[in-house]
Amino acid sequence: MANDNSKDIIFGIYDDEVDLLKAVKAAKNEHLDIYDVFSPFPVHGLDPLLGLEESRLHQAGFIYGMLGTATAFLGMTWIFTKDWPNIFGGKPYWAVPSFIPITFELTVLFAAIGMTVTFYIVNGLGPGVVNKHLDDRITDDKFVLAFDKASVNASKAESFFKSTGASEINSKMI
Amino acid sequence: MSAVVSPLRRPLITGNKTYHQITEDLISPTEKTPSREWVIGFIISVAVLSFGVFCILWTIWVGIGSWNLNRTINWSWDITNFVWWIGIGHAGTLISAILLLFRQKWRTGVNRAAEAMTIFAVLCAGLFPVIHMGRVWLAIFIFPYPNTRGPLWPNFNSPLLWDVFAISTYLTVSLLFWYTGLVPDFATVRDRAKGARRKIYNTLSFGWTGSAKHWQRWESLSLVLAGLSTPLVLSVHTIVSFDFATSVIPGWHTTIFPPYFVAGAIFSGFAMVLTLMIITRKLLHLEDYITVEHVESMNKVILLTGTIVGVAYLTELFIAWYSGYVYEQFAFFNRALGPYWWSYFGMMFCNVVSPQLFWKKSWRRNITLTFFLSILINIGMWFERFVIIATTLARDYLPSSWSLYTPTWVEIGIYIGTFGLFFTCYLVFTRVAPVVAVAEIKAILKSAGDQYIGENATQKHSHDSHHDVNQNGRTGAHDHH
Repeated sequence: MANDNSKDIIFGIYDDEVDLLKAVKAAKNEHLDIYDVFSPFPVHGLDPLLGLEESRLHQAGFIYGMLGTATAFLGMTWIFTKDWPNIFGGKPYWAVPSFIPITFELTVLFAAIGMTVTFYIVNGLGPGVVNKHLDDRITDDKFVLAFDKASVNASKAESFFKSTGASEINSKMI
Repeated sequence: MSAVVSPLRRPLITGNKTYHQITEDLISPTEKTPSREWVIGFIISVAVLSFGVFCILWTIWVGIGSWNLNRTINWSWDITNFVWWIGIGHAGTLISAILLLFRQKWRTGVNRAAEAMTIFAVLCAGLFPVIHMGRVWLAIFIFPYPNTRGPLWPNFNSPLLWDVFAISTYLTVSLLFWYTGLVPDFATVRDRAKGARRKIYNTLSFGWTGSAKHWQRWESLSLVLAGLSTPLVLSVHTIVSFDFATSVIPGWHTTIFPPYFVAGAIFSGFAMVLTLMIITRKLLHLEDYITVEHVESMNKVILLTGTIVGVAYLTELFIAWYSGYVYEQFAFFNRALGPYWWSYFGMMFCNVVSPQLFWKKSWRRNITLTFFLSILINIGMWFERFVIIATTLARDYLPSSWSLYTPTWVEIGIYIGTFGLFFTCYLVFTRVAPVVAVAEIKAILKSAGDQYIGENATQKHSHDSHHDVNQNGRTGAHDHH
């Protein structure tokens, strides 16, 4: 279904990640604006060629983790010193050493859940999401380099794919 | 910098596979109609599970009195089984997290199934403390939430509550880690499927496309989750050991418990992974992906952790003698030579003596011997928990309270029922998801496939300075540029 956001994509299919990397490098040299690259597994060496910055997910993870630390430690402190002070085995109300295990567990729990949820949200992935994809074989054994026809001329793209050894050239609206 | 693979490394993927063949081999088991072995196994598992459910309902209906616990031995079969299952649940996250941080490529062959096993084992473990509470419908009281009872909070100083947090965190994080790894593989299943099956797998795959940025974030997430899971997996059994170590019972009140329990957990977890993987590789014909190299690597971990456990047993005995404390000395004398001497010697033989066979390389690589020993080790690890829990309580300070314990049919039934739960879940898993991580196997093909490395390599990895592909699997490292 074509709508205002849909893009007319021309893409070349490569049989090996080495060919893909060569093509990405060539596209960069020719100043062609790459729409996206798709692969069946993470191809190392691709991110710097595409100019992708390092993911900031781990920084988000740190913030979520600290939130967990604070929730656990401050929560237990409030409960055992203000809300319902209770003496257990002659320990002080504010028994810091015995708060450590739960504080640690909640740090890990918050960081893991927060990061995973963030990962799916920023990627636009989630249960029930239908993302149009260019080719069914991308998740099997094919590597795809895609250009948006709005920014790269179709005939130029075609000759580029031929010269870089693409095994197939296709177009698709997504 | 080029991807350096030592010529001494042996291939981890055999059979001269291409990317497409990997997809075929690993996805097709989920597409075929189930084999006769699977159907028979599934029927048996569900039957056993049903009996377990009956025994649990019996416990709830009749009460905890249907178990043979008494005033002296107030913890026994149930907590033994709880600790045993939790221990088994330690290998999955160890394989996926710690081995990822150590960049061990052999983890990719077994991580998916081991993580699944972890989750199912933790489910089995969690069952025991919940039903031991007696009034199961009030189990929600263990979580701190604003309530109309005062508000009355749980005791945050209690190791039993730490356990609640540790195990629920462990289950959640293991699930997230496992599922995030599964998402790209579900997309592979989806793209081969048609009709309703395609719709179902599209939902399961969260609309995965394989975009470069998604893969980059996926690797980043995997790496940080591994970093978080590593201390987590060590903390869980540490906290389980606190259930005993923070008490004042001779034989329990020891500082060696945390490392000793963690080593034992990894030991039994790897044994269970081996038992399952040896059956799975045979039935699903995965010998090219779960090779003898994988078995040998796991046997090395078993040898190491088994030896650590052995040293811990001997240290306990030494410290009991050296402490000069008669109650501690009696507890250990009673363990080894008291009425339950057979469980102590079963534990010593299975856990300390039997893994020593793995010093010999050809025995480490022997599948039949490994299978036999992996079962022996899990019997031994069950004995270990029984020795620590029941035999220690059987002889307390007051000789007039001394008691003995044998389980009732209800307790045995619940334990057997957890095997039904475990295998039912595992068998469903083998039908629904690829049991070997497809994308991760593809990512290590060029550095671990037998056409690229090893004696029979036919192809040289083509690389120049910029076109090199460093295949580290889920590592997210870009340091080579």
